[in-house]
Amino acid sequence: MTAIANRYEFVLLFDVTNGNPNGDPDAGNLPRLDPETNQGLVTDVCLKRKIRNYVALEKEEEAGHAIYMQEKTVLNNQHKKAYDALGIKHEAKKLPKEQAKARELTGWMCNNFFDVRTFGAVMTTEVNSGQVRGPVQLAFASSIDPVVPMEVSITRMAVTNEKDLEKERTMGRKHIIPYGLYRVHGYVSAKLAERTGFSEDDLELLWRSLINMFEHDRSAARGEMSARKLIIFKHDHAMGNAPAHRLFDSVTVTRVEGEADTPARRFQDYAVTIDREAIPAGVSVNERL
Amino acid sequence: MSFGIRLHIWGERACFTRPELKTERFSYDVITPSAARGILEAIHWKPAIRWCVDRIHVLKPVRFESVRRNEVAGKLPAGTVSKGIKSGQIDEVHYFVDQNRQQRASTILRNVGYVIEAHFEFTARADDGDTPGKHLDIFNRRARQGQCFHMPCLGTREFPASFELIESDEQMPSVDDSLCGERDLGFMLHDIDFANGRTPRFYRARMHDGVIDVPPFAEALA
Repeated sequence: MTAIANRYEFVLLFDVTNGNPNGDPDAGNLPRLDPETNQGLVTDVCLKRKIRNYVALEKEEEAGHAIYMQEKTVLNNQHKKAYDALGIKHEAKKLPKEQAKARELTGWMCNNFFDVRTFGAVMTTEVNSGQVRGPVQLAFASSIDPVVPMEVSITRMAVTNEKDLEKERTMGRKHIIPYGLYRVHGYVSAKLAERTGFSEDDLELLWRSLINMFEHDRSAARGEMSARKLIIFKHDHAMGNAPAHRLFDSVTVTRVEGEADTPARRFQDYAVTIDREAIPAGVSVNERL
Repeated sequence: MSFGIRLHIWGERACFTRPELKTERFSYDVITPSAARGILEAIHWKPAIRWCVDRIHVLKPVRFESVRRNEVAGKLPAGTVSKGIKSGQIDEVHYFVDQNRQQRASTILRNVGYVIEAHFEFTARADDGDTPGKHLDIFNRRARQGQCFHMPCLGTREFPASFELIESDEQMPSVDDSLCGERDLGFMLHDIDFANGRTPRFYRARMHDGVIDVPPFAEALA
């Protein structure tokens, strides 16, 4: 598997309707909010978890696509096929044994585990090369407009404990966001991909997982979540051809339907425009969704 | 200072973790020289050169925010991997995140902007082909075009850094008024001494009108 040879940046827009995209453990599982602007937040690790879960679902049997950071729910104990028993062949330099061993370990991990190859992992070895920095980097997602979480009280027609039998029912709470459109930026480094063996196929799988990760993450808490737009910037050069912030600035999301100060409730209330004039030479734009 | 560079970096969030507050991460008020060096290395670095940060210009007011996240409680033991290689079974190599979980808060910075002034020195691994002009040109060319080895980050990888080269004849970006005057930031991490068993070294950071002069690494306190 040859590693990718281009640098990429991507913008993913996803939305939530009547759900909680990412609860805040500090605030009793209320949807995360940016305290300064009241924009909704979704952390990078939340999205990475969903990518891992999607890959685990799609690649259940496939060698080289195991997921190291597992959740019980996606665990399948079926036999995985045989795999390449040894790591990447490094050029035979005179390395101390310790370091060579560490490289062998990381090489083996990268070959077998998709998430180590993509996001990296920290391994406790005495040598520093036990750390893998993955090529894919995600930032925090934040909503385009401020969101207002609602607290919804719900009842259950059953009780947990026998002593509460008199009560007949229990009350519970759900926190939801009526609607929020979120935007997240991501980066793929070709040079770090060389080191972990992150290939073109892996990249395609990453795009697929970004488009489909919410389709396999339905739950009572999430409401309706869906990926709405995936805009990929591909640089001709491995080091890149343009500053990332300039590419991100070319994608604007504006409110089109309804009054500007009223809350948005649908994706159609927004328009996404890409200023193709502003894209420098050597960068191609690909709308995957 | 015959070959200095100036790089403007900025971002939404940042976390330059204080070494004494690592479990529940707490950021320093400003970027450390070691994080600044890492950003320069993300753009251009070769074993022949060593970046030295000379000055840090703080452009935006210091503001904090707290984020609590689910994090894993452990690291992957190397022994597990060796066992996996030996037995040929990858089923044994896993980590159940929902069983080994810690919720940790991070106190991070919001809306940061800095200018890093730095130069590089040659290491023992430089040879005749390594001229100052060559590495300076490579760095300037890359920073000018937004090229990088990997996207630099503001302390941790989830906080990417946007960067722009400040040309030698260009004006400095303006400093926020709230940073005027003298501020003693106390002892801050200067950098890690990798030659001596990765010991941290510190320096006394003082900010004059948003500018912190960084002493040479050799003068930092072990």
